[in-house]
Amino acid sequence: MATKTFIESIRETLADEMRRDDSVIVLGEDVGKKGGVFLATDGLWAEFGDDRVIDTPLTESMIVGASIGAAVNGLRPVAEIQFADFIFPAFNQLVSEAARMRYRSNNGYGVPMVVRAPYGGGVHGALYHSQSVEAFFTHVPGLKVVIPSTPYDARGLLRSSIRNDDPVLFFEHKKMYRSVRGDVPDTDYTIPLGKAAVTHPGTQISVFAYGLMAHYALEAADRVAEDGISVEVVDLRTLRPLDNETVLESVRKTGKCLIVYEDNRFGGYGAEVAALVAEEAFDYLDGPVTRIAGPDVPGVPYNHALEDWFMVSPEKIEAAIRKLAAY
Amino acid sequence: MMAVTKSTDSSLATSVGLTDEDLVAMYRLVALARALDERMWVLNRAGRIPFVISGQGHEGAQVGITWPLTKGHDWIAPFYRSIATCLTFGMSPRDILTAQYATANDPSSGGRQMPGHYGSHEHNLVSVSSPVATQLLHAVGIALAAKIRKTGQVAMTTMGEGSSNQGDVHEGLNFAAIHKLPFIFVVENNGYAISVPLARQVAGSSVADRAAGYGMPGIVVDGNDVLACYVASRDAIDRARAGEGPTLIEAKVHRLTAHSSDDQQTKYRSEEELADERARDCVPGFRMQLREAGVLTDGVEEKLTAEIKSIVDEATDYAEAQADPDPSTATRYVYVEDVD
Repeated sequence: MATKTFIESIRETLADEMRRDDSVIVLGEDVGKKGGVFLATDGLWAEFGDDRVIDTPLTESMIVGASIGAAVNGLRPVAEIQFADFIFPAFNQLVSEAARMRYRSNNGYGVPMVVRAPYGGGVHGALYHSQSVEAFFTHVPGLKVVIPSTPYDARGLLRSSIRNDDPVLFFEHKKMYRSVRGDVPDTDYTIPLGKAAVTHPGTQISVFAYGLMAHYALEAADRVAEDGISVEVVDLRTLRPLDNETVLESVRKTGKCLIVYEDNRFGGYGAEVAALVAEEAFDYLDGPVTRIAGPDVPGVPYNHALEDWFMVSPEKIEAAIRKLAAY
Repeated sequence: MMAVTKSTDSSLATSVGLTDEDLVAMYRLVALARALDERMWVLNRAGRIPFVISGQGHEGAQVGITWPLTKGHDWIAPFYRSIATCLTFGMSPRDILTAQYATANDPSSGGRQMPGHYGSHEHNLVSVSSPVATQLLHAVGIALAAKIRKTGQVAMTTMGEGSSNQGDVHEGLNFAAIHKLPFIFVVENNGYAISVPLARQVAGSSVADRAAGYGMPGIVVDGNDVLACYVASRDAIDRARAGEGPTLIEAKVHRLTAHSSDDQQTKYRSEEELADERARDCVPGFRMQLREAGVLTDGVEEKLTAEIKSIVDEATDYAEAQADPDPSTATRYVYVEDVD
């Protein structure tokens, strides 16, 4: 089994899917000859040519809107939004169009489309190259939202997303592209959408996270293990549909719930997980449902001292775990 | 539709490469669309349906422009005034009226959408939404897929001139022209974006003038002249199929009704202007043209009038009798359903 970086896994999965299925195309800004600003599509243009790897003008709404149309007429577009921060011009196409096409046509039309976008901070990206935008889209019925955290999961989930007949937003934490490595088998495995994974079994506290925070949560779990605190880390992997059962099963076992997310705290994705736990596992709780998240400022500031202040870190998660464990 | 003209066809028909039979069929669609539209308003005023959005004044342009597309092969992403477009492209009067009643078997949306939001996968008509101009990008994407898959399909989108000011139009036209996509952008310019007149929407002399900036032809056509619309569309389709890229067609039409059943247009339009537009109505205009050409005889017209009345009555009775959707189905088709 080969060890690959997160971005190698994504790139090779795109190539594999394009080889497997002629209807898969890639489009976005700089995805062609350059291979994407992070090189997620490097080599695809050389192998598949102009027709299937399309450099678009700087037009995010068009990238998504034309992908919807292409999906309606028999293709499976994988669109890249260069940074998740720039997805907002396409918000109308995603929310008013892609998400509602199947519902509003009473199943007449579906939109088998994937929109990939790098997200997340901790990379000196400041306000407009660091955002976590998942909560805007997890709110919307009709969209599926996936955030993998390992090269193995990225491959299995990207395959499922491309083969899926609904629009999928596939967010990739850019700090993980080259810093995260893992074993990826050469087999044609898939990971079903809507299934979380228990990545660190434990008994005293459940920690729910995704993306980069899933790694930080594991680090924090290891740190507190030395002091006998047993943490169960659950990597949500798919945010919508959420794997309610795995979340609730974990909390019913541990009785304590900490949710970690990098986005602004207020109204962030973790609020929905907190509500689920409060409503469905209240009788099992032995402490307050707790969130640790980004502060409520309108973006990640640039200066390293400010960025460190913003970012959720393994240390901050560790402190939150210790506090909740002592409750 | 391939027309094979015969020696007995009128010079009017042969001048545009059509048959007399085509012209009668086109007139039938124009008149049928008008009759259905008028019925919708009657039903609304009678309290039978809550809302109407109308295509009166647009029918001639819609039939002329849709006619040369290939049904069941080419694509249209229409808008909320596209009753005649949808009829010409294969939807039935029952399909149009069940949408007004939002019945369970309304093929556009199963009663989920407001009236006017037509769509039919069977007929390659993309489901209409309410945010305007979004559909242009869908048609561009359909054309992109047609080009990549080498299907020979042409994708058309239609909208009003008000919608043509949206940013999606700019993004889509630019992309369609860069890739010479088999795409046609039809602007049905009725001079009003609800209440805002053209002079407050478009600074240049026309929407079509903008086409030059995108590197595509921009054609202005009299939307009351059904055959001129047909020719403009036919030529654009030929260009698209030949790989020569997109065309913008601006059809100057009239909005003979208020924006919708919730609008009172006399608040912002003068009686003189409305009377002037009614005098140039495409339905009697096309009728006179065909009568003068000897295509529409008394006998043919009598038969058509009776047929249309009977179709509209039958479709009304049919739609009125259809069941409402069951609320237990309202959670279906948010996502694809697994087929076991």
